[in-house]
Amino acid sequence: MAGIVGYGVHVPFYRIKVEDIAKVWGEDAEAIKTGLNIHEKSVPGRDEDAATIAVEAARRAVHHAGIKSSEVGAVYVGSESHPYAVKPTATVVIESIDASDHVMAADLEFACKAGTAGVQMVMGLVDSGMIKYGMSIGSDTSQGRPGDALEYTASAGGAAFIIGREKKEVIANILKTVSYTSDTPDFWRREGAMFPTHSGRFTGEPGYFKHITAATKLMFETTGFGPADFTYAVFHQPNGKFPVVVAKQLGFSDKQIKPGLLTPIIGNTYSGASMIGLAATLDIARPGDRILLTSFGSGAGSDSFVMEVTDNIEAKRKRAVKVSDIIGSNKVYIDYATYLKDKDFIKGR
Amino acid sequence: MEKPSAGLWRKIKSRYNLVGSTCSKCGSNYFPPRIVCRKCGRESKMEDRKFNGNGEVVSFTTIRVPPDTFKDEAPYIVGVVRLEEGPMVEGHIIENSRPIDIGTKVRTTFRKMYVDGEEGLIYYHYKFEPV
Amino acid sequence: MIMREVAVVGVGLSKFGERWDAGLKELMAEAGVAAIEDAHISSNDVEMLFGGTMASGRFMGQEHIAALMSDQLGFKNVPAVRIENACASGGSALRLGYISVASGIHDIVVVGGVEKMTDVTSAEAGTALGGAGDQEWELFQGITFPGLYAMMAKRHMYEYGTTEEQLASVAVKNHDNAYKNRYAQFHKKISVQDVLDSKMVSDPLKLLDCSPISDGAAALVLAPLEVAKKYNDTPIRILASEQASDTLRLAERDSLSGIKATSIAAQKAYKHARITARDIDIAEVHDCFTIAEVMAMEDLGFYQKGKAAKAIADGETALNGKISVNTSGGLKGCGHPVGATGVKQAVEVVWQLRGDAADRQVKGADMGLTHNVGGSGATAVVHVFARAD
Repeated sequence: MAGIVGYGVHVPFYRIKVEDIAKVWGEDAEAIKTGLNIHEKSVPGRDEDAATIAVEAARRAVHHAGIKSSEVGAVYVGSESHPYAVKPTATVVIESIDASDHVMAADLEFACKAGTAGVQMVMGLVDSGMIKYGMSIGSDTSQGRPGDALEYTASAGGAAFIIGREKKEVIANILKTVSYTSDTPDFWRREGAMFPTHSGRFTGEPGYFKHITAATKLMFETTGFGPADFTYAVFHQPNGKFPVVVAKQLGFSDKQIKPGLLTPIIGNTYSGASMIGLAATLDIARPGDRILLTSFGSGAGSDSFVMEVTDNIEAKRKRAVKVSDIIGSNKVYIDYATYLKDKDFIKGR
Repeated sequence: MEKPSAGLWRKIKSRYNLVGSTCSKCGSNYFPPRIVCRKCGRESKMEDRKFNGNGEVVSFTTIRVPPDTFKDEAPYIVGVVRLEEGPMVEGHIIENSRPIDIGTKVRTTFRKMYVDGEEGLIYYHYKFEPV
Repeated sequence: MIMREVAVVGVGLSKFGERWDAGLKELMAEAGVAAIEDAHISSNDVEMLFGGTMASGRFMGQEHIAALMSDQLGFKNVPAVRIENACASGGSALRLGYISVASGIHDIVVVGGVEKMTDVTSAEAGTALGGAGDQEWELFQGITFPGLYAMMAKRHMYEYGTTEEQLASVAVKNHDNAYKNRYAQFHKKISVQDVLDSKMVSDPLKLLDCSPISDGAAALVLAPLEVAKKYNDTPIRILASEQASDTLRLAERDSLSGIKATSIAAQKAYKHARITARDIDIAEVHDCFTIAEVMAMEDLGFYQKGKAAKAIADGETALNGKISVNTSGGLKGCGHPVGATGVKQAVEVVWQLRGDAADRQVKGADMGLTHNVGGSGATAVVHVFARAD
């Protein structure tokens, strides 16, 4: 059975506070902080993009897994901010982790769920015996139009998961995965457009809530598990509010989702969001813990996973760089003007 | 003006992964890679060697008047770093919240060095960051 | 091994500075004609030309500079060769001119150096100069020349306690000397405080720690010593002409706080000339940055490592000091048209030894040295000159 053999996360160390954005647009920071449950978000350095974040996460994942990078048989990178329109991010990752040339690779895009879609793909390759290990990465430096509500949340970060099936290496078996997909235009970005467009409140009910709920309920039906059977649950988190609401609707407690709820302090890392949440949950999980993960990607779809943590997690823990260490220390706060400069948003330059 | 890509491509191993060379005879380590050992001359063979990326700042400065390719990046810090395996290499040092001085321990990260105009290549590279 | 002694019988210099009025041809003609007249020869007497220039292609789009120089000076179909050794192009051209006369192959040889740098933006100029280092590993990463010398300065300060004020005193002294040189780019005295207050370029180096972007040309006429008197009443003999190289990359050197190629070239030169550093009265050293003059004074053996900065700040190297250094104003005060610099240094030393240095004449100057560096120290050229009488 395919399972996780290692993971790694990278989140840039720059932060901007909700107050600093709200001030510029004459908005009420407190109302936004309460309404969206967001306090600050990560901002990539000028020298970071979805590829550099993917590489940092991938290197940590290889180290954590304790495998030879030459044994990775497939690398998929999910992002909605691939640095090139044509030329894969995956090849940059392969070269920089020193993988073998005999590797399957591609870039994926499915808004915020491309990384979990990649996990499903490599699970199939691993279970079929086509490859020994496969890596899927969700990595983004997402863009929010200046002045748009997205500006408070669109952040940067990524996570890489290595999937394998050697019993002694797997730290969490993936018992089941299901998806729910429909053509729902809640959020999009056309080729060449700098910023995404969203249809406001439409992104909530017919988008996020409908898909997450449908996929999770399908998971309950196929596995026979209910909310009480899980130690932890992680949901996609476009802001700090939606995952709390959807968890409650599905019957999960705040305690179950707390370890994986990071958007309030790092923002929405898009393809990275649910995967970083899963990594943070695995950082503290114990053998025997059961974890539910349901991602969401606009456009729209949700992938749901049920995982069970194995004894191997403890032995590998010393090689893990904890998410709390990555996002908690070494923060550098920037003001809005610096944010604009670093994002190349200043006109006439 | 976008540049052709071969110049970047042929050094990717070294720029991404700090691959230098080591002399099969005297064991001297070099970065960037060399074809001829400075000590043994042509008496020995050079082999690829990937360095672990940990090192110590030997000297550093902040570039405030940059070349054209870096006009939007200045100011930025560059330094000479002595790698654990011996070679001294130049590189950018990322300013995180930790102080940078002579003797500061650093490790490598993976970053963009620069972007060639609107339509050219993105040049990825190792950079150092204080630990 | 030396087949015959060589003397400088004619020197010429263009005005250095931002020469909006002059292109490459005008600058070369200004210096070249002066040198030929000074040697009392005609264009027909010249047998070969060595032309030093670093980046005329980058600065002006003009390559093939030696033939152009020869043509502009009216030489008759002589062999002409361009020498490029970054900022040491001029010194390297002089050395090859010296070798060609010493070997007996040629009698009358002209050595020229030129650079026209102000027709491009300073960012473009900086990029062109960056080619003097390792393009793939230094300039590629945005490491400029001020950046390389800044790292050397920081290391020198760390190892020897050198201060920013001491570095500044180099610029102050060289501006004082340039004030007395009508060919110099700057005729403006500055104070230590002026230097400290100037814009930071690459810490600890500020704008006034850096030599400027300049236009200029310089030329020399060389002849066998045995016939030198025929051309000039006061020929100046070249006692030694030595050169050394080192790694192009700064990081790969044995030390960042000194330039090994300078030490090697200097020791060979002293040995060849059968002198010691103490015998030198005047020196034109390569002060592309203030730290470079401090390191040069140590690497040339005038001071022990770590002792030069204080001595310079104390005035020991000022005009008519213990040793008079950069009487022309150096690269800092007189200007640094890179390909011309190494030749200009020789022009200044010849004037001093002849007693023709006007207001900045050093009393009793009998023996002089020039020190020309390429890049961050990958090339160093040292010449020793003395009066032939």
